[in-house]
Amino acid sequence: MISQIKKYSLAIVFALFVIASFIFNYNPGLDIFNKFSDFLLTMLKFLPAVFILIGLFETWVDREIIEKHLGEESNLIAYGWSILLAGTTVGGLYIAFPIAYAIYKTGASLRIVFTYVGAAAVARIPMTLFEASFVGLKFTLIRLLTTIPLIIISSILLEKYLEGKGFQVQSPEEN
Amino acid sequence: MLYLITIALIFILYFKDKNKTINGVKKGIKKLKKNLPAFLNMMILVALSLHFVSKDLIVEYLGAGSGLTGLSLAGFFGSITLMPGFIAFPLSGILLERGVSYTVIAVFTTTLMLVGILTYPVEKEYFGVKVTIIRNVISLVIALIVSLLVGIFYGEVGLIS
Repeated sequence: MISQIKKYSLAIVFALFVIASFIFNYNPGLDIFNKFSDFLLTMLKFLPAVFILIGLFETWVDREIIEKHLGEESNLIAYGWSILLAGTTVGGLYIAFPIAYAIYKTGASLRIVFTYVGAAAVARIPMTLFEASFVGLKFTLIRLLTTIPLIIISSILLEKYLEGKGFQVQSPEEN
Repeated sequence: MLYLITIALIFILYFKDKNKTINGVKKGIKKLKKNLPAFLNMMILVALSLHFVSKDLIVEYLGAGSGLTGLSLAGFFGSITLMPGFIAFPLSGILLERGVSYTVIAVFTTTLMLVGILTYPVEKEYFGVKVTIIRNVISLVIALIVSLLVGIFYGEVGLIS
């Protein structure tokens, strides 16, 4: 019970702040609440569906398939798969973590998990199209072609660094 | 749209294997519940950052010019904020029109996407505090390298200057 309250402490303080802002008509507080509810609505558009899809993924996808294609013994094509998965990820970086955990749990290696997270941050397809139309296709292409190799290299290095340190990707529902 | 796909998938899988599908959905709901506090904290931080670091503020500070100050400010704003693409890229377009260099735009957008100070409450639940910090520091370095390369491609950064 106490640990539950602790987890929600920031949310409780925030709720009190918003209520007080409404009572005293405190404009910055109301503006912050507006921004919060906008973001909440955006999240509701996909967050519950994404978590259910992750749940289905974990029960339906065979461990052997993921291990073979994305595991320790996987080859270079594995990076292609993880970038493709990243391209189709919706939302933002925050949604990549639960998905990364799902592929890690079903047997993907750490370098693939980190590549996925990095690529999901920089190469989501809808976002990339948006960028190309506002900043320019040339810019987007240069950015992708330079960022992705760096993400792959740093993911390999990070895996090497964590090797033998007993690092594991965690998930809140396991605790 | 995503809900339609999810519902269709649940239907198809349900007919293939009832138990497996129900388990999967249950698992998903459990995950959603357990992730709620971390996501709630993140949303609060995002709301605060959107209030204090407004679009106008970013245009005012980054619009001033490039150089090392511009680069650091762009990296700073990009790291401490989280914006959906439909706000961030039109904003980048405005900055370009104001004469901000592609190098600075690259630092801003790359840190915005890759460095997540606001997503820290979520990320630390999965990677732990240490790896979260390492990953974000690496991301910052990547953003700087990328911006340098973008600068070279656009002829804004001379190889020998």
